[in-house]
Amino acid sequence: MKNKGLIRIQNPPTILSSAAVVGKKEHDGPLGADFDLHAEDDRFGMDTWEKAESEMQRLAFGLMLKKCRMREDDVDAIFAGDLLNQCTGSSFGLLDFGIPYFGLYGACSTMAESLMLAALTVGNNIFNRAAAVCSSHFCSAERQFRFPIEYGGQRTPTSQWTVTGSGAMLVANDGGGPYVTEVMPGISVQKGITDANNMGAAMAPAAVDTLTRYFSCSGTVPEDFDVILTGDLGAIGHDITMELLYSSGFNIRSVYNDCGLMIYSAKEQDVHAGGSGCGCSGTVICGPVMKRLRQGIYKNVLFIGTGALMSPGSVQQGMPIAGIAHLVRISSELPGTLVSGEERGGSNG
Amino acid sequence: MNLDANTYQVYAKGYGKKSPVLRDCACAFLVGGIICCIAEGLYRLYLHLGIPETNVRILTPVSMVTLAALLTGFGWFDKIAKFAGAGTLVPITGFSNAVVSPAIDTKAEGFVLGVGAKMFIIAGPVIVYGTLASVVWGVIYYFLHRGGIV
Repeated sequence: MKNKGLIRIQNPPTILSSAAVVGKKEHDGPLGADFDLHAEDDRFGMDTWEKAESEMQRLAFGLMLKKCRMREDDVDAIFAGDLLNQCTGSSFGLLDFGIPYFGLYGACSTMAESLMLAALTVGNNIFNRAAAVCSSHFCSAERQFRFPIEYGGQRTPTSQWTVTGSGAMLVANDGGGPYVTEVMPGISVQKGITDANNMGAAMAPAAVDTLTRYFSCSGTVPEDFDVILTGDLGAIGHDITMELLYSSGFNIRSVYNDCGLMIYSAKEQDVHAGGSGCGCSGTVICGPVMKRLRQGIYKNVLFIGTGALMSPGSVQQGMPIAGIAHLVRISSELPGTLVSGEERGGSNG
Repeated sequence: MNLDANTYQVYAKGYGKKSPVLRDCACAFLVGGIICCIAEGLYRLYLHLGIPETNVRILTPVSMVTLAALLTGFGWFDKIAKFAGAGTLVPITGFSNAVVSPAIDTKAEGFVLGVGAKMFIIAGPVIVYGTLASVVWGVIYYFLHRGGIV
């Protein structure tokens, strides 16, 4: 049978520290108190939205280091990405730190993609400590993908609100957890959705693909997890994912949630189908989820970062939007104590 | 998941709320109507002030464009438009907002390649196809006129 892509990390690295920086709207949302830092005007003291996004990354990364009393020299590499052209949000934001840098583009799945690569490199003794960073900013994303900020248009009910926020995590080969124990890279899945205002429907098939692969080869069942979290499928993608998985024989309803549905109060904050952007899952994982893992409320988290692989040009040319979903399993206990079915031959050596 | 793309698209369409068309139309009618009333009020005011009618016909749309540009600059226009939809888009106020909003947005990229080049990124097609349509109509009108129909 074809390798389904599950990677069990032999020496699961610890998530040593994490930090989440958000804008005002996110701070005003239901998870507001769980984020480390917020700005009142979303400008973060900068004169452009793009600089504001970079500043968020700088703040998140700096705060993450401070929380675990590390310095720049203690970090061997950074895996980072954002939604801006050529990933300038990350490259400018992390410029000051002088650390080997890998720029990633995984659209809104970047938190999962960067965390996966950081965990794989640390878990395989390539690095001792590696950071995963991502960000998105409502205004810089609107400018690049949609309309000018002050343009008077109406949003469709299926549209989502790009989160203003940045998440940073430090993965290390020493420490007592929470651990990144398993990862599964996503496969691009495209089911013909061309509507850029319905990302949830475009990304849901990728989430379903990754979760189906994971459950069928990991030996786990949905109930083994305290929470299964997708990145930013929003209301529509959430429902589609749940139903399609159910029809494949996996009932995730009792433990399933989506970061895009958690970060805002859908009715009061007028975000239509929910939150989106790298910062959506980035801040929710680095803030509230990590907090609950440390408090012992969560012991086993399955995080599936979801991304829509498109550009304004590809959408205008009528190209369908492909989705991708990267999976990361975070556990507060070491794999010896993990629930596991039949061991697959160590695909990670 | 074994759904093929066509089946999935039909399936996905069943999810998510549709735009509330009736409510949107009512809001558009209301706000669009108010905008037209304001313009009519200005028209009469200018006439009352003794300005010749040919000038008033120019002055009224100029005033409405200025008003919409100011509201865009203050950051209020998009809030009204969110409620009004086509009500603010269809009158000349929408055209004003479509020019001013990218101008504000792109000033960080400089006055030439930013504001100058991108100011018409939304309104450009309206100007191009508006001009083209008027040329086409001009030709039609010419023949209708020659044929004695109009």
